[in-house]
Amino acid sequence: MRQIISTLVLMLLFTITNAQTSQPEMADLMRENGKIYVVVGVIVLIFLVLFGYLISLDRKISKIEKDRS
Amino acid sequence: MKLPIGFKIAAIVLVIYTLIAGLLMPVPTLAILNETIRNLYYHVTSWFAMITMFIMAFAYSIAYLNTQKEKYDTLAKIFVQVGMVFGIIGLVTGMLWARFTWGSYWVSDPKLNGAAIALLAYLAYAVLRNSFQDQLQRAKVSAVYNIFAFVMMILFVFILPRMTDSLHPGNGGNPAFSGYDLDSTMRMVFYPAVIGWILLGFWISELRFRIEKLSNEES
Repeated sequence: MRQIISTLVLMLLFTITNAQTSQPEMADLMRENGKIYVVVGVIVLIFLVLFGYLISLDRKISKIEKDRS
Repeated sequence: MKLPIGFKIAAIVLVIYTLIAGLLMPVPTLAILNETIRNLYYHVTSWFAMITMFIMAFAYSIAYLNTQKEKYDTLAKIFVQVGMVFGIIGLVTGMLWARFTWGSYWVSDPKLNGAAIALLAYLAYAVLRNSFQDQLQRAKVSAVYNIFAFVMMILFVFILPRMTDSLHPGNGGNPAFSGYDLDSTMRMVFYPAVIGWILLGFWISELRFRIEKLSNEES
């Protein structure tokens, strides 16, 4: 009897743990508490600064081109 | 070559859109890939940008052989250089992605080895250019070699990996992302991302060309 019960409990545990892992794990927690927006903000800031630098380079080259001609 | 200002604005808008939407838009939940599926917007698009730059270099090399204009030789050189930057980005990001999905930075896979060989073929282009003293000779020989390198790149990146078994999606019977994962929400980010990174490549190439032109005028 005890063996049957323990087997049943084990089977139940196995199905529970299996049910939890059957769905692929995604970074849902990070989205839930909103911290992902901080990461996006940092990345966007870095790229905006880089683009600003690219624009200033473009302008500098245009200025030299104008001076030459 | 002068890029219209609208292209540059489009490059900024599309890349920033890619960074925001690429991280926040919903993606299909798949085992093994998990959140790394978002790399599609950055890793795959780098290769698209590289191929576009190499197509431009190929076209300018043919144009050079037709017209013997030095300008076309310079443009071919610059597009190869910018294309190689995107290629190295693609290779390094692919290695990182492979580490966490296939378990190793490098596997002896036809797609990976082919991409490495293609980049080496273009590296040889840079070495070849530097080995000439005479400008006319350098331009002619490197234009011919560039056409050869382009064919090698197509062969090693697109044809050979498709004829054998490969781990890489889109090769050797493996479905690419378009097969089952690239649903309509991913397309909404993926296509703007491709255009955005390509336009950024054009912008950088344009700046490089203008600097080259200025330094040529000086000497």
